[in-house]
Amino acid sequence: MLGFVIQRVCQAVVVMLIISVLVFVGVYAVGNPIDVLISPDATQLIREQTIKAYGLDQPLWKQYFDFLVRLVQGDFGRSFVYNMPVIDLIFSRLPATIELTLTAVLGATVLGVPLGIYAGYRPDTVLSKMIMGLSIFGFSVPTFWIGLVLIFTFAVTLGWFPAGNRGPTASLFGIEWSFLTGEGLAYLFLPALNLSLFKFAMMVRLARAGTRETMLTDTVKFARASGESELTILYRHVLRLISIPIVTVFGLELGSTLAFAVVTETIFSWPGVGKLIIDSISTLDRPVMVAYLMLVALLFIMINLTVDIVYVFLDPRLRHRRS
Amino acid sequence: MSNRPQVETPARVFWNEFRSSHLALGALIVVVLIIALAVLAPWITPQDPYELSKLVLMDARRPPGYVGSAGFTHWLGTDAQGRDILSAILYGLRVSIQISLTAGFIAFSLGATLGAVAAYFGGRIETLIMRIIDLQLSFPAILLALVLAALLGQGKWPLITALVTAQYAYFARTTHGAAATERSKDYIEAALSTPLSASRVVFRHILPNCLPPLIVVATVQIANAIALEATLSFLGLGLPVTEPSLGMLIANGFQYMLSGRYWISIYPGIALIVLIVAINLVGDQVRDQLNPRLKR
Repeated sequence: MLGFVIQRVCQAVVVMLIISVLVFVGVYAVGNPIDVLISPDATQLIREQTIKAYGLDQPLWKQYFDFLVRLVQGDFGRSFVYNMPVIDLIFSRLPATIELTLTAVLGATVLGVPLGIYAGYRPDTVLSKMIMGLSIFGFSVPTFWIGLVLIFTFAVTLGWFPAGNRGPTASLFGIEWSFLTGEGLAYLFLPALNLSLFKFAMMVRLARAGTRETMLTDTVKFARASGESELTILYRHVLRLISIPIVTVFGLELGSTLAFAVVTETIFSWPGVGKLIIDSISTLDRPVMVAYLMLVALLFIMINLTVDIVYVFLDPRLRHRRS
Repeated sequence: MSNRPQVETPARVFWNEFRSSHLALGALIVVVLIIALAVLAPWITPQDPYELSKLVLMDARRPPGYVGSAGFTHWLGTDAQGRDILSAILYGLRVSIQISLTAGFIAFSLGATLGAVAAYFGGRIETLIMRIIDLQLSFPAILLALVLAALLGQGKWPLITALVTAQYAYFARTTHGAAATERSKDYIEAALSTPLSASRVVFRHILPNCLPPLIVVATVQIANAIALEATLSFLGLGLPVTEPSLGMLIANGFQYMLSGRYWISIYPGIALIVLIVAINLVGDQVRDQLNPRLKR
């Protein structure tokens, strides 16, 4: 067990190193690193100072080594546009994205899994067909267009919810959160709904497919024979058996939701990391781009690692084979 | 002559089964119709939406049904430059389909070759290729495309490169799975015992037998490419403004939506969705027909 965890952690470190090489080659070696690190408006003196500070006169292998050292220390340079350390900039935007992403994924799971189980348990009812229709819709229609329609319907035409921005926030543990104020929740609602629709569709499909398979197994037959109620069977056996793929997808989707949040945040002017990266791309704020790339890569590797390890805990078969 | 007995070729059996699903047949007709409209756009649209000198500013932002100064009805309204939305949609479809098909074709070729090569050679080469592919698949496609489009800048080929990078791994994965099964079959062993070159065995014997699952992935990926291209263009990372695809049309209309001028964004969006849903429905049917586990 411990050996497995150590092995996976080592793999993750190797992958992270490979990605750092790719980013280094992509942004520093292929492009002109002086343009990347120094604002075009900088004076000659600052230019020379920065070239020296970042060791751009050094050989390539040494530059890469220094780049790695700076990464480990969390030094990603300064943003041209906001004129502050990139790492501080990203961390100041992170709570907004995390709040949006978590709300969306949790909402999609809490709603999608029971509906999916129902659609798998009674596949031929009208309600099940409606649930599946909604799920196909959520799968096919691009996120950004749904966002536009949501804004047009609920913000412009009906005026129920605000069309964008984050609205008022309240402080908890020194971080600003929207869900603590009533008005903040109204601002959170539409972006979260927009972001969750795709995840919802996926959860419904997964839960439905899993339930349909599980209902045919001996587990359910014996549970019925022992006189358990249908609800108990669904809750105690079916839900438990379909939880493995759902946990995997929950973990993996948490990451990809972060990627989709780029789109949602842009549409709703939600001041998170996704909006920051799109703004940085259009203003050529390259230190921010590099930092975002590395942090997202790190995040994905952490998520994959966690899912792998959680998997082993959830599935006794894997646990016995590995140990 | 006409009552010659029908030959039961696999293609005909496949087509007959496909035809029996009304939903899939309808979807296929929609796809063909949209492609035809897109191809014929320069001849059937009332206006060339890119001919800036023909645009009249007085006609700008008019609702659907407005009769413009050029004398024809703008059935779907006009945009901020006085461009006929219907014409712009057909031209936009042209761009979207062209980009996605090109990207899909390149991703298909690259992915299928990599997957088949990995399965054919096995050993270290297989491990290396499939490790890279798995690593790439653990990142969401949209993120890869976003990063690449940002690094490479605007334009048709940067966009296609971004789409190919985001998608080839799915083809490689599928081909590898199918090819690894084929590789262990007797007819490949037989082909290998003859002095045929490796490339001939891969391309003439292994790959053609991996086609069914690849076709399914291809339909899904073309639909994804269309959505991905629209998303990137919407975010301003796709094509330059001179050649707007559907995504860019939607993005252009976004700011007017807040003042209630919905048609500039909504109609291009509907065109996009109809196309994507239709392709997905065709793909679903093809997948069901090619899936041996669902065969009765």
